[in-house]
Amino acid sequence: MSPVHYVSLAVILFVIGAVGVLVRRNAIVIFMCVELMLNACNLAFVAFASMHGNLDGQVIAFFVMVVAAAEVVVGLAILMAIYRARRSASVDDANLLKY
Amino acid sequence: MNHSYVLAAGTNTDEVARETIFWILCFASIGAALAMILVRRAVHCAMMLAVVMLALATMYAMQGAPFLAFVQIIVYTGAVLMLFLFVIMLIGISSADSVTETIKGQRMAAGLVAIGFFVILILGVGHAALGPATRPTAANGTNNLSGLATLIFTTYVFPFEVTGALLITAALGAMVLAHRERTAPRPTQRQLAARRLESGHMAPDPSPGVYALHDAADRPALLPDGTTSELSVSTVLAPRGVAEEPPSVPPQKEPEAITAESGHEPAPSGRADT
Repeated sequence: MSPVHYVSLAVILFVIGAVGVLVRRNAIVIFMCVELMLNACNLAFVAFASMHGNLDGQVIAFFVMVVAAAEVVVGLAILMAIYRARRSASVDDANLLKY
Repeated sequence: MNHSYVLAAGTNTDEVARETIFWILCFASIGAALAMILVRRAVHCAMMLAVVMLALATMYAMQGAPFLAFVQIIVYTGAVLMLFLFVIMLIGISSADSVTETIKGQRMAAGLVAIGFFVILILGVGHAALGPATRPTAANGTNNLSGLATLIFTTYVFPFEVTGALLITAALGAMVLAHRERTAPRPTQRQLAARRLESGHMAPDPSPGVYALHDAADRPALLPDGTTSELSVSTVLAPRGVAEEPPSVPPQKEPEAITAESGHEPAPSGRADT
């Protein structure tokens, strides 16, 4: 398969993830959709690496994975703190800055 | 497509098989991603995300990135997704999303924005000169793993060290955020005993399913007079719609019927009419 196929699939997955972030109300699900977007980016990076015949894209994808792991740890900790304070994981309930 | 290669992943398949695998994985991942934003429960969402991640891992292996494929499976599907499931377990019942639209017309707007975004991205991909896959040059090492190691520890050594700092900071941040200061002093054993006496219910709560027809956690225990005990079922089960609301055994039922249907030894105190 040529890299175009993989990059197109990455585009589709990224857009689906973006729709999930926009539409869903549960903070955990939003987080998972962000992970889906990051995975789509990784797929594009790997496809570009195989297109250019070098490994730089794979190294970048590796760094993306590490940063995503750190982001998940901190994000889920924030989520737990919000849940403890407001007894809800819905993003609609975290509206303290609104008023 | 003629010069595409499979590196060190052990998948030395021919072109037709690889195309078949690609299209299967393609539709599987797109379907799972769509299901992710359509299912209501967060647990199902996590399962769909696992499908997407495993499909992407296979695609990495097909594209000559076996190391990333295994990191994807071990770190993403193994660790990150388990962390998600752990938090879903902690947060519990509210993990089902509400279907009401809080902002009017938000879904329609999100769909329109997504379509526009998709068109822009696909146009960009179409305009970019994406050539076929090329063979890796000799400068990248003898195989994928040693080539990646060489790159990470030479060209990208500074980002790599910054990554270490980032991971330490993330661990510290998670510890700080998850830590909760105790606002009230810890109750002593004497205070706990006094509280239990005041509650008028000194014994532990009865176990669910005792003497009922089903020995399950969602069935309330039968009291000696044949009624059910609400105390025996976990309070989180009722809002979830899991717990069986009607008593599993009518109060006036004969004890013989209970033993015949339940199939296990009844204790003498569990008889309904004595």
